[in-house]
Amino acid sequence: MVNQVIFFYFAVVILASAILTITQRNPIHSVMFMLLLFFHIAGVFVLLNAEFLAAVQLIVYAGAILILYLFVVMLLNVDRESTAARANRFWPWMAGFGVVIAAEVILLIVRGTFPSEAGQQPMRLAGSGVKELGELLYQKYLVPFEVASIILLVGLVGAVMLAKKRASD
Amino acid sequence: MPTLYQQFMQSMMPILPEAIVIIVGLTVLVFDFFIEKERKSLLGWYSLAGITIAAYASYTLMPMSGVFFGGTFHFDPFATFFNFVFYIACGLGILVSINYLEVEDIHRGEYYALMLFATSGMMFMASAGDLIILYLGLELMALSIYILAGFMRGSNRSNEAAIKYLILGAFSSGIMLYGMSLLYGLAGTTNLSGILAFLRVADLSNPVIFLAMIMLTVSFGFKVAAAPFHMWVPDVYEGAPTSVTAFMSAGPKVAGFAVLLRVFLYTFEPLREHSTAILAGLAVLTMAVGNVMALSQTNIKRMLAYSSIAHAGYALVGLAAGGPDGAASVMLYVLIYAFMNMGAFGVVIMLRKAGERGEEISDFAGLGKTNKTAAFLMLIFMFSLTGIPPLAGFIGKFYIFKSAVQAGLVWLAVAGVLFSAISAYFYLRVIMVMYMHEPKESIELSSAPSLALALAISVTAVIVIGVYPTDLLNYARASIAGIM
Amino acid sequence: MIPLSWYIILSAALFTIGIVGVLSRRNIFIILMSMELMLNAANINLVAFSHYSQTLTGQIFVMFVITVAAAEAAVALAIIILLSRNRGSIYVDEFNIMKG
Repeated sequence: MVNQVIFFYFAVVILASAILTITQRNPIHSVMFMLLLFFHIAGVFVLLNAEFLAAVQLIVYAGAILILYLFVVMLLNVDRESTAARANRFWPWMAGFGVVIAAEVILLIVRGTFPSEAGQQPMRLAGSGVKELGELLYQKYLVPFEVASIILLVGLVGAVMLAKKRASD
Repeated sequence: MPTLYQQFMQSMMPILPEAIVIIVGLTVLVFDFFIEKERKSLLGWYSLAGITIAAYASYTLMPMSGVFFGGTFHFDPFATFFNFVFYIACGLGILVSINYLEVEDIHRGEYYALMLFATSGMMFMASAGDLIILYLGLELMALSIYILAGFMRGSNRSNEAAIKYLILGAFSSGIMLYGMSLLYGLAGTTNLSGILAFLRVADLSNPVIFLAMIMLTVSFGFKVAAAPFHMWVPDVYEGAPTSVTAFMSAGPKVAGFAVLLRVFLYTFEPLREHSTAILAGLAVLTMAVGNVMALSQTNIKRMLAYSSIAHAGYALVGLAAGGPDGAASVMLYVLIYAFMNMGAFGVVIMLRKAGERGEEISDFAGLGKTNKTAAFLMLIFMFSLTGIPPLAGFIGKFYIFKSAVQAGLVWLAVAGVLFSAISAYFYLRVIMVMYMHEPKESIELSSAPSLALALAISVTAVIVIGVYPTDLLNYARASIAGIM
Repeated sequence: MIPLSWYIILSAALFTIGIVGVLSRRNIFIILMSMELMLNAANINLVAFSHYSQTLTGQIFVMFVITVAAAEAAVALAIIILLSRNRGSIYVDEFNIMKG
């Protein structure tokens, strides 16, 4: 019961801050609502016994990615924010489309069944599960792990190369 | 008793080709520091040598087959076939780039490294045995190509191409990820074989299965540029550096088809009836949009962009036909497509000299008089893209439509032939402009040994495959046998 | 005890909010943030399924998704810096040199 109340709180804040994120005029405000959103998603992860991921969510998503956004938004400091139109001219159509999609997806999911639903037994792990996660990551998922490192390298090389001031060309 | 080192090498064997490509990419980044600006083409040749070594490794490892790394990685003839197509796309891509980068003054070592990383991403996609590695391979490929598309930092068109590609690419991978999460929820595993095992016994009236399948179809529709998810293609192809466009039109599209084949014909095999309807619908729409829109283009890169959409449509016909024949015809087709498309873009790059763009179809006027070789090469590639015998393009289309007829999709084959007839108009228009129009001014073409080599390889392949397709088709059939 | 379907409904709603954001906003930053919303929706799904199917694969997947999101954000923001330097605009509907 307590869990359900907590879940409701998280869900309401997540959806409200998501809607606020996509409707704000000023991107800095959007980033702030995203921060709120990420904290509450981390909360959902804790409800789901994924404490380690909750920490990763806060440290990497909120702590690194969001700060990167904030930096660039402030760096560019676009001053037309107050006057320019927020949405493109199709937005009422898109919003309607979104409502239809949401209704459809939710309907399908409610009517569908997930085999894992039957058990409804939450996972029991000794401790926080970090050990198990690490073992999976370095044994079964070794190849994806290495690919992920190359992805980060590509991101690094690409960001430096693209955003570097033109000295050579 | 093998030593620890031997054990390690043994267990790493299946990813040897990928590892070679990645290591060459990493060393390119290092060597880039020590090579002065005028001699960057050395890095291009070095990358090419790396690709050749990786191809040799794939060739020697061919007898090996199996599932490795806890089921996350397939090393099978199917993946090896696609790896060869990726080596060809990357190798030809590097060859057409070396001179072009010089002309555009964007010769930097990162270019080759990113190209190699993109290629390794495609290889992981083709070998994926697990949704996780599929997703990561796709992102590695996509991320590298976003950067390559924006490689001309000073050019507004290149920036615009990069951001458009990134937005739509990231959007489609968001959709894909959601579909994958639903599949995981259904099957309780991300392993492709595990999902197949689940679907075999599952109650197929469960709507979530279809939701997941449709989400994956939409996102791969984006990747292979199928209509109605093709909006980004013309702008990105036009704005990106031409050498990147050439690579982009061959590599990622082929990788997308590798995944579509593995996922739709292997993992989603129990959903065959439904997926055929979806794929056939996509195929007709894609062929229609690509061929009809190409008619009115004046820019050769945009025309080739719509042409590449149309060719995705033909390949989707083979995918809808399904079965070993359909799959083999798609594999043969993407291989031929890589050669002829690379060749066509190679000729476009020849026209690019400092100071003039050479991207309008009217720039080809009188090429038949001023430069007979270039005009003749373009003629071959255009004929092949149209599907005129005895060139490879005809063979590719022939087997695709044949497999569609055999699968009972006669209407789809008829539609494909009709749209091919429409496509003759815009391909032959280029030839007409080259041979019938008077040259505007004397055009001096850029000819470099690398570009000449790329064109020679492509034109030889287009002619030889057109005349002797049987061995290659048998090889494709043998490769698909493992997964069907 | 929270039923699994609650989590999925939450993630479906979040996912659609992300889609609407991508399709209807003009500001490129907010479009990118909407994509992060889509990824987070998928992450909620993955962790919830991981919890109820008693496998850790979903959590591993989420870690990789976060890695990719970081790399993608870095590249996207670099391209935005380039665009605003060359063009002075961060509105997607003004990126229209090429039309035809």
